[in-house]
Amino acid sequence: MELRCQRCQKARATVHLTECTGEEPRERHLCDACAEEEGLTLKQQSGFTSLLEKFVDQSMKVEELARLTCPQCGLSFAEFRNSGLLGCPNDYSVFEKLLVPLLERTHDGHTEHVGKKPGDSGPDARARAAIAQLRRDLDRAVEDEDYELAARLRDQIRVLSNVED
Amino acid sequence: MSRIDELTRQTGEWLRGEGPMSEVVISSRIRLARNLKGYPFLSRADQSQQRKLYRELSECITASPIGKDIFIADFEELSELDRQVLVERHLISRQHAHGEGARGVAVSGSERQALMVNEEDHLRIQVLRSGLRLEALWEEIRDIDLSLEKQIEYAYDQRYGYLTACPTNVGTGLRVSVMLHLPALKLVKEIDRVFRAAHDMKLAVRGIYGEGTDAVGDFYQVSNQVTLGRTEEEIIDEFGKTIIPKMVEYELKVREAMARERPYQLDDKIWRAYGILKNARAMSSEEALFLLSHIRMGVAMGRFKHVDVQTINELLLQTQPAHLQKIHQEKLSGEQRSIKRAKLLRARLEKHQPRDN
Ligand SMILES: [Zn+2]
Ligand SMILES: [Zn+2]
Repeated sequence: MELRCQRCQKARATVHLTECTGEEPRERHLCDACAEEEGLTLKQQSGFTSLLEKFVDQSMKVEELARLTCPQCGLSFAEFRNSGLLGCPNDYSVFEKLLVPLLERTHDGHTEHVGKKPGDSGPDARARAAIAQLRRDLDRAVEDEDYELAARLRDQIRVLSNVED
Repeated sequence: MSRIDELTRQTGEWLRGEGPMSEVVISSRIRLARNLKGYPFLSRADQSQQRKLYRELSECITASPIGKDIFIADFEELSELDRQVLVERHLISRQHAHGEGARGVAVSGSERQALMVNEEDHLRIQVLRSGLRLEALWEEIRDIDLSLEKQIEYAYDQRYGYLTACPTNVGTGLRVSVMLHLPALKLVKEIDRVFRAAHDMKLAVRGIYGEGTDAVGDFYQVSNQVTLGRTEEEIIDEFGKTIIPKMVEYELKVREAMARERPYQLDDKIWRAYGILKNARAMSSEEALFLLSHIRMGVAMGRFKHVDVQTINELLLQTQPAHLQKIHQEKLSGEQRSIKRAKLLRARLEKHQPRDN
């Protein structure tokens, strides 16, 4: 998988790290030069394993991670890393923090399902996707303290939600 | 005669050679990955759980509206050769053929539906048509999914959607794949550019027999990799209205340019392929695919009229190792196969004697 540097948008990203400042870990991908300019003296890393190690360094001790095991199926995160396969539906919540960066990477930055739900025939799935997008925009507007835009987005969400019902 | 034997006597839905853009698009396929609530995924299921899953799912499929027209092949009762026939017909994956424990596939008589039970996920619903027909396929698979949902509860999560054994399939569990025949792009060495574009759009490109196989005979499967954060309709729309039509257009443009600028070289390619197929005394399946591919291009371009697409498509299947052995009703060594294959090709092409050109 080839990633572009998020800072210069030109060179190939060779340094991958996960920042754990907020609730959710955030992935960053930089080229060598940009990583150095940002004062990140990281050794070159790539791939899922190193991403994981980075995350581990910052949030958990290695031993703690090794012990992280699903109480329902008994799968450890180390085993998942080897096989790429989860052991049971519960693993999505047991390993959630570790899976989110992986999901972002494989699903083009997405971490939330917007498609069909059990029992629905799908025609309103598009409306739900639009609402999900508006909600993301709304979050960003609030973050940027653009309250005028936020108010407009809230109205749009309300209108769309009513149509859906 | 077993149901599998019967299958080998028909051409298989994906090779019917009909439908929109069929000069380039061989077939369209949609699959949905589903797992049952209350069970571990298969890597953690013990034998009795796997057996229970198999029984429960086979019963549900039989009781659903598609159940009337379906037969279920239990892999514990099926020979390796029969399973290989199913792989060659694109009804199951290689992984499924070589799996372990209680597992199988439910196949409809037309071979347009194939539901794999206990592959990587508990259930993988697949629908298949020749040509580019993704919208119709989506309607069809959605109905099947809905009818099964009435009987069983899937593992589903508000945030992550349909939960799958591998996180790369989570969310919609949807994989759209379209098989393309791109001989012209290959000939003029433009194919790498298509691959790069596909890669940038987060698409996977594989060979004719799926994961890890080479693109033999210029047949390529293009499929989506993103399954989370987009609706099924968005994924399908993009495929059916943008990605595939663009690739088809590119291939057709190159075909036209070749016909305009290098007609003799083009005809030489086609006729040489015909010459070898009609005269060879031993032939590997790879070589057969490669040569049939050139003839298929000639037929699709209207430059070669002595064989029809239907015949080429039949030969594409019948020259595969397992099909060849089924036709001869015996196990054949690699060398025997290549001799029988050459013989079959000669016999079939003999019936289509060219009169002019
Ligand atoms: Zn950079
Ligand atoms: Zn588990």
